[in-house]
Amino acid sequence: MSVAIRGARHLYLHLPFCAHRCGYCDFVTATGRDHLHGAYVDALLRELREEHDGAPVETIFLGGGTPTYTALPELLRLLSALPPARELTVEANPETVGPELAHALRDAGVNRISLGAQTFQPHLLRVLERRATSADVDRAFGRLRDAGFDNVSLDLIYGIPGQTPAELEADLAHAIVLGPEHISAYELEAKPGTRFTVAHGAELERQAEQMEDYFERVVATLTGAGYRWYETANFCRDERRAEHNLGYWLGHDYLGLGVGAVSTLGDERRRNTPKLARYVQGHYDREIEELDDETRARERVMLGLRLDEPLAVGGLRSALDPVGLARAEGLGLAVDAGETLALTERGRFLGGAVTAEILA
Amino acid sequence: MDQSRIRNFSIIAHIDHGKSTLADRILELTEAVSAREMREQVLDSMELERERGITIKAQAVRVTWKDHELNLIDTPGHVDFTYEVSRSLQACEGALLVVDAAQGIEAQTLANAYLAIENGLEIVPVANKIDLPAADPDGTALEVADLLGDDPVRVLRISAKTGDGVADVLDAIVERVPAPEGDLESPARALVFDSSYDQYRGVVAFVRVVDGAFSTREALRTMATDTRFDAEELGVFSPAMTPVDTLTAGEVGYVVTGLKDVSRLRVGDTLTSVRRPAQEALPGYKDVKPMVFAGLFPTDSDDYPELRDALERLKLNDAALVYEPETSKALGFGFRCGFLGLLHMEIVRERLEREFDLDLLVTAPNVAYRVKEKNGGWIEVHNPAEFPREVEEVEEPYVAASIIVPKEHVGAVMELNNDRRGTFGELEYLSPERVHLTYELPLAEIVLDYYDQLKSRTRGYASFDYDLAGFKPGELVRVDVLVGSEPVDALSLIVHRDFAYERGRLLVDKLREEIPRQMFDIAIQAAVGSRVIARETVKAKRKDVLAKCYGGDITRKRKLLEKQKAGKKRMKQVGAVEVPQEAFLAVLNIGQGGRGS
Repeated sequence: MSVAIRGARHLYLHLPFCAHRCGYCDFVTATGRDHLHGAYVDALLRELREEHDGAPVETIFLGGGTPTYTALPELLRLLSALPPARELTVEANPETVGPELAHALRDAGVNRISLGAQTFQPHLLRVLERRATSADVDRAFGRLRDAGFDNVSLDLIYGIPGQTPAELEADLAHAIVLGPEHISAYELEAKPGTRFTVAHGAELERQAEQMEDYFERVVATLTGAGYRWYETANFCRDERRAEHNLGYWLGHDYLGLGVGAVSTLGDERRRNTPKLARYVQGHYDREIEELDDETRARERVMLGLRLDEPLAVGGLRSALDPVGLARAEGLGLAVDAGETLALTERGRFLGGAVTAEILA
Repeated sequence: MDQSRIRNFSIIAHIDHGKSTLADRILELTEAVSAREMREQVLDSMELERERGITIKAQAVRVTWKDHELNLIDTPGHVDFTYEVSRSLQACEGALLVVDAAQGIEAQTLANAYLAIENGLEIVPVANKIDLPAADPDGTALEVADLLGDDPVRVLRISAKTGDGVADVLDAIVERVPAPEGDLESPARALVFDSSYDQYRGVVAFVRVVDGAFSTREALRTMATDTRFDAEELGVFSPAMTPVDTLTAGEVGYVVTGLKDVSRLRVGDTLTSVRRPAQEALPGYKDVKPMVFAGLFPTDSDDYPELRDALERLKLNDAALVYEPETSKALGFGFRCGFLGLLHMEIVRERLEREFDLDLLVTAPNVAYRVKEKNGGWIEVHNPAEFPREVEEVEEPYVAASIIVPKEHVGAVMELNNDRRGTFGELEYLSPERVHLTYELPLAEIVLDYYDQLKSRTRGYASFDYDLAGFKPGELVRVDVLVGSEPVDALSLIVHRDFAYERGRLLVDKLREEIPRQMFDIAIQAAVGSRVIARETVKAKRKDVLAKCYGGDITRKRKLLEKQKAGKKRMKQVGAVEVPQEAFLAVLNIGQGGRGS
């Protein structure tokens, strides 16, 4: 199988290591496996060599886990082996961002940092089991700026057990004062049956009732501060969208490397084993999902309608239900301009329901 | 067999007082069924009957006792089937009145005893379950003797369960029940007291020959409906169907008719010979009319043809079931079905679901209404959605209800009956502890949750029976439910003017709980004519998004959306509003439990 033909324009690398697994986290993570950092990077580089020919790509994203928790020499060894890319993002937890790390990343060619702040309220950070303090976030942010990063994204979470609307406003205000180029604001998704959900059950239900309110506040406050609500849960200023993630939302192919990583390449989606030991030994145990044209078209609609830009519907009509579409239009939730399809502002707040309505 | 050696009898009892157990013991004792063959309660042959412990279709069995031929004609044990009971009784000269010695007389005991007396039957009273620690054979004997104007000594004390006293019962049947006195020389006449459908042989009539004799292959006709057929086979139940050449006056047996439709051979009709017909039919034929109606809709509209076929097949052995196609804007294509009563409805529904594997939505039951329209003409309405919005007069069916209850619960029963627009009739002490109450009640008030309410308000002690008592004028109005300004035909209901507001409010509140928030505000209203009597709003959702979506979870998110989409397809569409089927079910159920709870 020729690698070049696949031609993924986006590269994702998963670094699973963390100091501590936060209760709400549902990513593939590994704690207490610090002796494996080197072996893991070896495995990652091996998979990279197998799957990619070294040609330049548009974007690279190092996600985790906590990529910046990885032993720095190993992290740098990985970065130095990556193909050239227009955008190279690394996810970072605030408490891991010291001055030397910031400069080292910068020197290694990283040009975008996604900083996991989540909240600035100490008691809510505790509920989320985050290690960083509010001061850590401020410090990390300053260090990134000092190192020359002019494209920083801040992650916020709302709907945290115990959170009040005023605290959400305070988080948003704090973020706005820091002035990142990009903000991701997610509602907390607690998976049923997890330790976190069991511990916070009743309070999570109370928070769920507040989510509508929170979502409206987030959008109103951030757009009021000059951010563009360009994706359901993402905001940017100065056109600094997350180019890598935009690749997902525009339905591009992407190559995902590392434990538990997912790739979508043409008519195939595959997921590497989520087991660290297997991966380090060079076993990918890939789970393959065949994607027919119809499914990809449906995904294009689902993903594309998350964006504020109209979706080019050429070739996607078969994935649309004309009756549902007419209904959504009649309710003022979508605009079908023939060539393109877009959701209205109210339609975007109801994006999931509207998409379900519109999809064939 | 010489008529003087024939005894035809029924067993009548309140539900659970031991009728079927006694029948089993009689079969055992007369060796009609060997102990090895003995299944418990062989007479109740339908699966559903076994499970519910009730008899739906009457059957007959011939046994021999001390040189006598005893025909036991089983009767259905529920109020819905009073007409069938009365036909069964008409085929007999005597009846065993079985009363649970631990419970005493109950409402159905009275109703059945009165039916038996009306039919001129010799009643042999039996106090059953004397083996129970709580049994009071003497007290029960007094109650029963008082009811019948008989001597308490003549009340037999038995335990059908242990077999104690069952032989005495058989002796008493021979001694006390009169032999049939048919005229063997007259033209043949037989009463059809029941029928069943056999898919290979067609309708099988269960008959009691009153006069003359019938022979195999003879051309026969029914006198009320003038249906003609040849008797393909005559026989008796012993208890398996056993062919015989002739059935003569006094005997009980069956006639295989070859007819393909039970409605052509109605219970209560008289069979006679074509060659030498009788001049006068036996008395008592009555066309039973369904009084309770409900819409039956397949949950999955693709199942409509299956539902139609299933109803056709059920109808073959249930002449009382009537149905016609109904189209509901909300529920799609289905059938409006007429039933004898609530139990009959439940049985039909369960058989459809169980024997035909159908998933059904059943609308709240309603009764038949007689409506005088503005133009002066009377129509009968079986569906609230067809009830005219403007009427001159309305009449609704009433029942004469009979309730027996311990005296401390009389107040609760009176209160319930007052709530249900009942008119008090009489109060009579059956014993110092137990009271018999009679009321006239609108049938509509008992087809809902009346029986459950009666039971719960009397801690289960009340027993209840009723008989239809004709139509009477009523202040009735039609309440419509509108969802998003579209009337939901399946939720329209007819209620007494005084209850309209309460019921409308209840429906609207329940719907507001059950209809999920959607992409727009949904007004839910209850209205009488153009007057809105209750209103609620299901506010539009303000947010419905999949929180985040990156490369790792596109498949999962797609599946979530597809699930959401599939969920929409399962909803019933009312205008622009998607109403989950569960909402209909919940709302239909408040029809049966709403008021006062």
